[in-house]
Amino acid sequence: MAQIRIENLRKSFDQFTAVEGSTFTIDDGTFFAMLGPSGCGKTTTLRMIAGLELPTEGKILLDGEDVTFHRAAARDIAFVFQLFALYPHMNVGENIGFPLKCQGMARREIRERVQETARMLRIEHLLSSKTSKLSGGDRQRVALGRAMVRRPKAFLMDEPLGALDAEFRHLMCGELRDLHDRVKATTVYVTHDQLEAMSMADQIAVMNKGRVEQIGTPQEVYDRPASMFVADFIGSPSMNFLRFEGGLRSGDRAVSFHDTRLAVPEIREDRASAPLALGVRPEHIRFADAGAVRGEVFGAEYLGTTQIVTVDTAYGRVAARLPSSASVRIGETIGLEFNAARLALFDVGSGLAIRTASEEGPRHG
Amino acid sequence: MTAAAARSTAHSIVEASPRTKAFAGGLVILYAVITILPLLWIVATAFKSQSDAIAYPPKVIFEPTLEGYVNLFTVRTRQTPDFIAKLPPPETWYDQLVRKRDMVIAGPSKVVPRFVNSLIIGFGSTFLAVFLGTLAAYAFSRFRIPLADDLLFFILSTRMMPPVAVAIPIYLMYRQLNLTDTRLGMILLYTAVNVSLAVWLLKGFIDEIPREYEEAALVDGYTRLQALRKVVLPQAVTGIAATAIFCLIFSWNEYAFAVLLTSGEAQTMPPFIPFIIGEGGQDWPAVAAATTLFVVPIVMFTVLLRKHLLRGITFGAVRK
Repeated sequence: MAQIRIENLRKSFDQFTAVEGSTFTIDDGTFFAMLGPSGCGKTTTLRMIAGLELPTEGKILLDGEDVTFHRAAARDIAFVFQLFALYPHMNVGENIGFPLKCQGMARREIRERVQETARMLRIEHLLSSKTSKLSGGDRQRVALGRAMVRRPKAFLMDEPLGALDAEFRHLMCGELRDLHDRVKATTVYVTHDQLEAMSMADQIAVMNKGRVEQIGTPQEVYDRPASMFVADFIGSPSMNFLRFEGGLRSGDRAVSFHDTRLAVPEIREDRASAPLALGVRPEHIRFADAGAVRGEVFGAEYLGTTQIVTVDTAYGRVAARLPSSASVRIGETIGLEFNAARLALFDVGSGLAIRTASEEGPRHG
Repeated sequence: MTAAAARSTAHSIVEASPRTKAFAGGLVILYAVITILPLLWIVATAFKSQSDAIAYPPKVIFEPTLEGYVNLFTVRTRQTPDFIAKLPPPETWYDQLVRKRDMVIAGPSKVVPRFVNSLIIGFGSTFLAVFLGTLAAYAFSRFRIPLADDLLFFILSTRMMPPVAVAIPIYLMYRQLNLTDTRLGMILLYTAVNVSLAVWLLKGFIDEIPREYEEAALVDGYTRLQALRKVVLPQAVTGIAATAIFCLIFSWNEYAFAVLLTSGEAQTMPPFIPFIIGEGGQDWPAVAAATTLFVVPIVMFTVLLRKHLLRGITFGAVRK
């Protein structure tokens, strides 16, 4: 098991820079998710850790050892691919045993290890089947088995659930996390699906355009987003941004939002007047006649226990998550009230969050 | 794209009606007859006597004889009946057959060494072309190669004119290098012609094999070459078989260069066959016998690889 350290890692292809100087540490035994839209550099970062891609600059340390330019085979890590990459000319048992065969292990020992791994994944009955006959979930289990059998220092997974249907993905999420808790191996998990990342990871790195925007626990990333990108990317529906112009003084507990004053968590930095955005999660909005921001109900989306109500205000369309029992009429004019303790402030120019009492020291990537 | 989505783009297949099937079957049979008939005629001619072979109207029913094959494998001299009568009685059936025509066998003909030349040059150049083609195609398919598209176009461009167009420069070059009439020279030449075809065909096949297979093998402890041999090649077998057959057919049948560059030692079957001369002109049964013999290896090779070939010709050709 291992700690992975990334230092100023950069990768460019010709003109295009895929990964730009990120630095972070993945602690031993952590389930670390790299989350971001496609093309954000998360897969490239993962492939550099694996040794399938060489970085243009920077260092990769595995347990303190610099492995930046080591061959993939010399790093003792396992990679799980999105499309599983099971060898079609081998059966399940041979697929799982393949990494051990590569290392030249004795046949009997390979058989034992394969059995043991299969037992752990509950696929013992499939060992002699052809991989083409398997369901998506079983293929994924075989791919995991092939990764686990070698007991590597770390697992790298590139959207391993991306090829499964939604229902199965949810089930596999649970299995993966359960497996991680038993094996306790450092796992780097790349995904564009925030639900996967939120439900499984100990730490999430949110990436955008080759940069790590924020690293934190799922709660930190959700509750105290370090930038507008993170705030927007995580959460469904995403955070509402209400734009306004104004200056800030450290110690203030309210901001001048257009014509009114809105209570916010205590501000911890000084700002000259600049375009700002007030970030409000849909679940921190209530309808109240006295609400400072007023708007007209545009539509409601019923989700069982809650409903998402969209309201057209003078500052843009706002989504609010209300209990489904609340009765809402389309076209009705209502007032919105925000939960002051959970508001976030952003500098629109840089996109970064402004420090307040609610977000003590968000970690900028 | 997810695997499920990739699968769902496959075309749905509508079962043909019995009439369409019968029509299609009829067409196939008609085509088969047209293509197989000349071959059957050749096989039959090989068993005819010289006079039957050139009889008009052509004889479909005739008395079979092995004279054609005997004439193909031997060199004979004409003798007077008196001389033949004085000889000890014939030892073998073919001695007897020849003496009936007032001839004696003077020795073996050149057909066996020519046939061996064809085998060595044909299979040797096929092996080399497929081997080099596989490596090049793999590199083009997997690595970021500067100017890859231009290089590929350049490789293809060597086939944009008939190879014979450069026959004279090649002849001069070969004479300078002492490669004329050598097996090595012919192997190199056919390899050079075939390798471009091999690169293009194989690149298509290798492109279809997901990279993840080798990457998984690389992470699991293989070197690049081991991964190529143990993971990529087993999956490219179909393409390799198809490519090998195309290459072999070309080098096996090649005539123009063989005429120009080989005359003795390294001569292959194609230039040899038309010059099988009998008494008073072409010995057609012997020519037919040589042709039959010539067709056998390629038919065998194709039959051996046919399982791969059927899939190979359609697979890889169509991009999904």
